Amino acid sequence: MNLHNVSWVRQEMVLASARPVSQHGPLEWMRKNLFDGWLSTLLTVASLSAIAWLATAIAPWLGNSIWKAKSLTECRQLLDGAPGACWGVIRDRWPQLLFGFYPADLYWRPVLAFALLFAALAPVLFRVLPSRALWTSAAYPGLACWLIWGGSFWFPVAVYLGFAVAAALFTSTARISQGLGVSAAILGAALWWIYAAQPFSTGVNSIIPIAVEAVPSREIGGFLLSIIIGVTGIAMSLPLGILLALGRRSSLPLIQMLSVVFIEFIRGVPLITLLFTASLLLNYFLPPGTNFDLVLRVVIMVTLFASAYMAEVIRGGLAGLPRGQYEAAEALGLDYWKAQRLIILPQALKISIPGIVNTFIGLFKDTTLVMFIGLLDPIALAAAIRANTEWQGIYWEIFIFIAAVFFIFCFGMSRYSMYLERRLKTDHR
Amino acid sequence: MKMTIAFATIAAATLTAGIASAGTMADVQARGKLNCGVTGGQAGFSAPDASGAWHGMDVDYCRAVAAAVLKDPNAVTFVPTTGQTRFTALASAEIDILSRTTTWTFSRDVDLKFTFAGVNYYDGQAFMVPKSLGAKSAKDLNGATVCIQTGTTTELNLAEYFRKNNMKYDPVPVENNGDVQQKYLAGACDVITSDGSDLASTRSSFKDPQDHIILPEVISKEPLGPLVRQGDDQWADVARWTLNALLAAEELGITSENVEKLSAGTDNPEVNRLLGKEDKLGEMLGLDPAWAKRAIASVGNYGEIFARNVGDKTPIGLARGQNALWTQGGLMYPLPFR
Repeated sequence: MNLHNVSWVRQEMVLASARPVSQHGPLEWMRKNLFDGWLSTLLTVASLSAIAWLATAIAPWLGNSIWKAKSLTECRQLLDGAPGACWGVIRDRWPQLLFGFYPADLYWRPVLAFALLFAALAPVLFRVLPSRALWTSAAYPGLACWLIWGGSFWFPVAVYLGFAVAAALFTSTARISQGLGVSAAILGAALWWIYAAQPFSTGVNSIIPIAVEAVPSREIGGFLLSIIIGVTGIAMSLPLGILLALGRRSSLPLIQMLSVVFIEFIRGVPLITLLFTASLLLNYFLPPGTNFDLVLRVVIMVTLFASAYMAEVIRGGLAGLPRGQYEAAEALGLDYWKAQRLIILPQALKISIPGIVNTFIGLFKDTTLVMFIGLLDPIALAAAIRANTEWQGIYWEIFIFIAAVFFIFCFGMSRYSMYLERRLKTDHR
Repeated sequence: MKMTIAFATIAAATLTAGIASAGTMADVQARGKLNCGVTGGQAGFSAPDASGAWHGMDVDYCRAVAAAVLKDPNAVTFVPTTGQTRFTALASAEIDILSRTTTWTFSRDVDLKFTFAGVNYYDGQAFMVPKSLGAKSAKDLNGATVCIQTGTTTELNLAEYFRKNNMKYDPVPVENNGDVQQKYLAGACDVITSDGSDLASTRSSFKDPQDHIILPEVISKEPLGPLVRQGDDQWADVARWTLNALLAAEELGITSENVEKLSAGTDNPEVNRLLGKEDKLGEMLGLDPAWAKRAIASVGNYGEIFARNVGDKTPIGLARGQNALWTQGGLMYPLPFR
């Protein structure tokens, strides 16, 4: 019997028919997500009307944007009574919001420093380059400082030589005792920086003069200032925070106590208090006539502040590791530092990434607090710009611009942290 | 405010001895730059323009001092200070002179140990209301919501005025001037109170200035002037007499245009003394004879400074009023150069 001739056996596949309209498509999606029950419907209607109200309120204002105006009065004449944003202020003053009073013909220096920042960060952030490239990254801070503040090229070189002095002292004395080596290195470097760095740089500069026009800290402002404080604070608070976190979990009572006191003290005090201390109180403690750069003072305070928070975030990561990891490290016969470096910290830091980046973003936004001590950060510059007779009375446009720039930076950091989490995700593949 | 005073007192106490002997003028001349504390931005008094150059009445005064002492009106580093940091910045010698719309009061002069060089602007606290509120006098403001800038004497004056007149008000404290305007325009408060000059310039920046009125009552005296640290009398003299030179120049008809011509010698002995032709006033001050001439040539006389920065030809449009010379019914009374 030829089965193929049996008429009731279907020979071709039944094509899948489309789902009924009631089960898919935009209508069904809306029913499921927007109008599922009376509460959901109510909330949807309320949200939609709020959005519509906002849009109708803002759209004409944005739609009538005026870019080519030299003053608010001119804007108002052009608008002729209609509501409209006056972005002329941004067009007129964006260099000031970005660079403060930095000399205009030298803008390329901070821009170059900013571009090099990414080059220096690339080996750290993305592992696109071999880890040997980290050594060139280490040269970045000195180069960036030289580009931004100018002056003799030999001064940052002299500062770096301090590390060489420390390394030399450590290697020559560590054979006698590790503790002696560390203290000799710290003492030697400190003495070098205090007494020898300046004469060295002037000395070498008189033989081989390499110097660019110096820019005083007073002229640095706007986002340049925010980024200087933010990036330095971020870069220095992480290692400091790691040390503090390890110190707090240390079994040596003195180190543990010092770390706890430091962390709890800093966390117990608002940042603004520390900034006032940096700008006002330090003036009295230092001998009269000392010129201790205000930006440097602020960077130090912000770093200390952030490192205390960082320490707690990392301590959370350390506490989150199973006890077995510590025991395994000990069982392998690793000493304390090797265990931390090879086993504990890589895992602890990985689980603390969201917290760490959170602290970074908070730190970057906190830099606007420096306006209270008279530094011209973007917010303080906004006030200064509004005090000009041309722009007096303008408000939202400057703040929207500042908010947009901050958003770009903070959103970028947040996306990077998500990328980093994905890259380091070694478990549950 | 209390904290500021406490800080500044500690400062003054610890530093008075050291600074008294230092000689601010010698320091300034050695440095080649005058460090002048100004506000971070107040229309007409000090604000940076698009190129970062500072303008305003307080700024011009510092330029005049720099011209007198350093022979260069541009040899000034303007240090933006806030209401909180200004006194400590001066007491700790971070700045040489504070020219920041600061009211000359007993406690600042005596307790904080500063010396005021004089008054460069007579101001007073007033009220601004929308016309639609219907208030014709500050006495009509019972029960009003008032926007005030925090940390200033304004707050205390307001409380005193309402208590004295047995009225109630609802304060809306705001941190800075821009926010005060925004709150007021958004209707968050019925009244703003601030110095009269500030209200006038704020009103001039509104879209519809004619819809707002400044009430006639002036409830406080705010003599604003530059100040220096107490204990350095030579420097205080330079500050005081530079201010007086600018005022006297207006009285004597010396302007930035004719100062060069007049300095060659005139029939008026006071002009000659001021411009260094007769007597040796500059030498007594520790400066050269042409000190006042340079100050006037660089920024003009007081009348020119006023007209350029806040006068009725500017958008701020303030009338001279109390700030006219005494000969024209104002309070500006330059001391004699003799």
